[in-house]
Amino acid sequence: MSDALKFEAKGLSRVFGHGKKATTAVRDVTFEIKDKEIISLVGQSGCGKTVLAKMLLRLETPTSGELLFNGKPIAAAGDPRNHWRQVQAVFQDPFSCFNQFFTIRSQLKSSFRLFETKPSDKEMEDRVDQALLNVNIKPKEVEGKYPFELSGGQMQRMLLARIFILKPQVLIADEPTSMVDACSRASILDYLMKLKQELSMTIVFVTHDIGLAYYVSDSLYIMHQGEIVERGTPDDVTQRPKSDVTKQLLDDIPDVHREWIKRDAPKPPDPPTPV
Amino acid sequence: MTLVKGLFKLPAFLLGLVLFAGTLVLALVGPLIMHLDVKNRVGPPYMAPTGEHWLGTDHLGLDMVSMLVMGLRASLYVGFLAGVVATLIGTLIGVYGGYKGGLLDDILTAGTNLFLVIPSLIVLILLSSSMDEGRSLTLIALILGCTTWTWSARAVRAQASSLRARDHVALARINGFSTFQIVTEQILPYLLSYVFMVFILQTATGILSEATISMLGLGPYDSVSLGKILNDAKQNEALNGGAWWAFMPAMFLVTVLVFSLYVINTAMEGVFNPRLRK
Amino acid sequence: MSDHVLEVDDLRVHYVTRFGAKIQAVDGVTFKLKQGEILGIAGESGCGKTTLVAGCMGLYIPPLYLSSGDVRIDGQTILGKTPEQNRKEVLGQKIAMIPQGALNSLNPTRKIKDMATDMILSHDEGADKKSISDRLSERFSRIGLDAKSVLNSYPVELPAGIKQRCVIGISTLLNPKVVVADEPTSALDVSTQKSVIRLLFELMEQEIISSMLFITHELPLLRHVSSSIAVMYAGQFVEYGTTEQVIFDGRQPYSRALMGSMLSAEAGQKGKKPIALEGAPPKLDRVIPGCRFAERCPIVQPDCATTAQEIRIVGERQVRCKYADTDLIQKVGGQL
Repeated sequence: MSDALKFEAKGLSRVFGHGKKATTAVRDVTFEIKDKEIISLVGQSGCGKTVLAKMLLRLETPTSGELLFNGKPIAAAGDPRNHWRQVQAVFQDPFSCFNQFFTIRSQLKSSFRLFETKPSDKEMEDRVDQALLNVNIKPKEVEGKYPFELSGGQMQRMLLARIFILKPQVLIADEPTSMVDACSRASILDYLMKLKQELSMTIVFVTHDIGLAYYVSDSLYIMHQGEIVERGTPDDVTQRPKSDVTKQLLDDIPDVHREWIKRDAPKPPDPPTPV
Repeated sequence: MTLVKGLFKLPAFLLGLVLFAGTLVLALVGPLIMHLDVKNRVGPPYMAPTGEHWLGTDHLGLDMVSMLVMGLRASLYVGFLAGVVATLIGTLIGVYGGYKGGLLDDILTAGTNLFLVIPSLIVLILLSSSMDEGRSLTLIALILGCTTWTWSARAVRAQASSLRARDHVALARINGFSTFQIVTEQILPYLLSYVFMVFILQTATGILSEATISMLGLGPYDSVSLGKILNDAKQNEALNGGAWWAFMPAMFLVTVLVFSLYVINTAMEGVFNPRLRK
Repeated sequence: MSDHVLEVDDLRVHYVTRFGAKIQAVDGVTFKLKQGEILGIAGESGCGKTTLVAGCMGLYIPPLYLSSGDVRIDGQTILGKTPEQNRKEVLGQKIAMIPQGALNSLNPTRKIKDMATDMILSHDEGADKKSISDRLSERFSRIGLDAKSVLNSYPVELPAGIKQRCVIGISTLLNPKVVVADEPTSALDVSTQKSVIRLLFELMEQEIISSMLFITHELPLLRHVSSSIAVMYAGQFVEYGTTEQVIFDGRQPYSRALMGSMLSAEAGQKGKKPIALEGAPPKLDRVIPGCRFAERCPIVQPDCATTAQEIRIVGERQVRCKYADTDLIQKVGGQL
C-alpha cells in the first residue's frame, strides 16, 4: 500500500430533488483512499453508501464538494471513458448485470469497446478465453450460451472475468456476495483477492455485512444517513467504536460469539429423539 | 418463447386473432376471388340485397359488397400506415427522452404535451379541408400518424425511464457504450413486446380516426373507405330510407376491426406484463 | 396424546416441473417438536427447506405432491385433506406460516383490519363484528402496535418494521400450535430484525405461540433463536442436534463447512479464512446413489459416492455421514 492517494473527497454531497422535497443522500463526506488499499463502506440500506460509490464511479455527479481521482477532479476529466478505463465495478445481482438478449461471451467481448485502440479480433478472443480461465471456467462451457442458461455461481464469475479483461486500477464492489450462498462466498472473495494481487488494484467494498467488511478491509467506514460516522481499521471500528451508530449496529448484529438478545434462560432442551 | 405459447392458449387472444385475421383475409384475398366492381353501376340506388348482390347497392347503385371490401382495404391500409408512423415517432421520442432524462427529456416531454393538447382532430380537419383535391389515403395516414404519436411517446418514455436504473444499463455505461448503443442494445430489446402492443393500439386508433374524419366528409378524395361509406349513407339518408345495408355492414366492420385489435392487445398485456399475470 | 406438538415422519415431497421431470425436493425428513421448542432449519438455496415448509403445512397443491410420510400435530395427522379442509381446519389454527418476503404478502388494496378479520372468519364464520373488533384491538396492542391507527391503515402507509409485526400478528391470530417462520427477517435491516425476533420471543412467552420452526440461511441468527438445529442439504437433514452441538461441534462435513463459512466481526476472528466450497448442490431429478455431498466434500473418501448415507447417532445427535465419529471430521473447518 503506497501513500499515493487514489481518491480524495472533500465535503462531498449529493442532494436529490429541490426545495421542500429535497433529500440528501450523501452529506458532507470527506475521506481518502490510498493506492492498493481495500476499504469498505458499511451501512444499512438508505445510508448513502451506494450513491457515494456511484459518485466514485462517475455515474452520479456531486451537488457540492470536491472529488479527486489520482489528484485530478473527476468531473473535469472530460471523456468519462477515461475514468472508466481506470475505475470499474461489479454489482450485486449478476443476472441483472447482463443483457438477456445477447450471449455472455459477446457481452464480455463488448467490454473491449472501452479500449482506446481495439485489439485484433483474434486477440480479443484470446483475452476473453484467458479471463474465463482465470475464474475457473472453461471457454467451451459457455460457448454460445445466454445468461439464463448459466448458474448463479457462473454468472458471478462472469462479472469478475470482465474485470480481468478491463484491468482497471480501482474496483468498486457493490454487495458482491449478498446474493451468493455462504459456502460460495469465500471463493468469490478469493477471486477478488486474486484480482487485487495480479492487477495491483485498489478495492472499494460496499456492503451492509460488517463481518465481511471486517474480514477483507484495511480501512472501514460506517455510514449512516449520508454521513460517515466512524472510520478506522477494522479492529478500531469493531472493538473500539466511538459513534453511537456503530455501537448500536454492532449490538444489533447477531454473532455466534456474543449474546444478542437477553432472554430468560430457557430450560436446556433434551437432545432430539433418535430416529 | 413459452410466453408466446401461453398467449395462444388464452381464449381472448384467439378470439381477437381470429376476428382480425378474418378481416385481413377478406381484404387481401377478397379482390382475388370475388368479382369486385366499384366503378360501374349494377342496379338502382339503394337496391335491397339480392342473390347476386348480397348487400345490395349504395346511393349510386354500385355493388355494396365491392365497396365494403375496397373500403376495408383502405381502412386497414390507413390504420396500418398511421400506426407505423405514430409508433416510430413516439418510440423514438419516448426512448431517448426516457433514457437520457434531464434537459432532453424535459424538452421532449414539453413538446409531447404540446402535441397532446392540440386537438388532433381539429388539426386533421384543418389540414384535410385545405387540401381539397389532394387528399389521398397515404396523405391521410401520414397526417394521422404525425398527430397521434403522443400517446405512444408517453407510454414508451415511462418504460424506458424505468429501465434506465437497471444494472445492465449501468454496466453498459461504464463499458463506455454510446447513448445510441445503449438505447438500441440495452433498452429497445426489453421494450419490443411493449412497443408491439403500442403499435397495435396505434393501428386501431388510426382506423377509428380515419373513419371519424371520413364521417365528417374529409375523407379520401377519390377512394373508398369504410368511413366514407358511412358518410355517404348519412348524406343520402340511407337510415330514413331503411337501407340498412348501406351503413350497418360498414359500421360492423369498423367495430370488429377495432375490437379485435383491442382484445389482442389486452391479452398480450396480461401475458407480457408480469405484474398483471395472475 | 403424544408429548410432541409436531411430528414429521419420514416425509417425502416431490414436485413436477412443466417439462414433466419429477424433483424429489424433500427426501426423508424426520423430526419432532416439543412444546416451547424452536427448531432452526439451516440450509442454502436449493436444499428443499421451502418445500419442507409447504409439506409440513399439508399444502399439497399441484405441482407439489406428497410422495410418502406423515405430519402430525398433537398426535393427529394433518395430511390427506382437501385444500378446503386444510384451509379450514389446519392453516392458521394448528400451524401457521410467517412467509418469506412477508412485506409483500399484504394485499395493498385492503386495510389491515380487513385482512385480519378474514383470518378470523375463515375459521369462525359466525363471529360477530364487535367480538372480532375487540379481539383484534387486544391482540394488536399486545404485540406493541397502536391498534386503532394500524388496523385502519393500508399496508403502504406503514413502515417495514410495523408491516412485519402486522404479518406476524395476523398469522398468529388463532394461536396456532406451531408457527413456521420462513426467512422472516432476511429483507430487513439488522435493527428491525432484532425487534422482530424480540416480538417472536414475546409471543412465545405469552404463549400465543407454542413452538416454532425457524428457517434461515443465516447461521448466527439460529445461534440466538433456536434451541435445536437441523442442517438441510439436497432434501435431507445431514445433522440434527442442539444448537450448541451443531454450531460449535458439528460432526458432518457440510454442517461444519456451513459453520466455517461465517464471517464474524469479533476480536480474534480477523485472520480466520472462511471455508469455500466449489460447485453446487446436486439436482434432485434423479436418484443419487451415494452421499449427496460427496462431490463437494473436503474429506471425501473413495466409497462415499457409492454408499448411501443413513442417519446415525454420533455424539448424542443425528448425523448423516459415515466418518462422523472419526478424526477426519476435524479437518473440516476449525474452532469456532
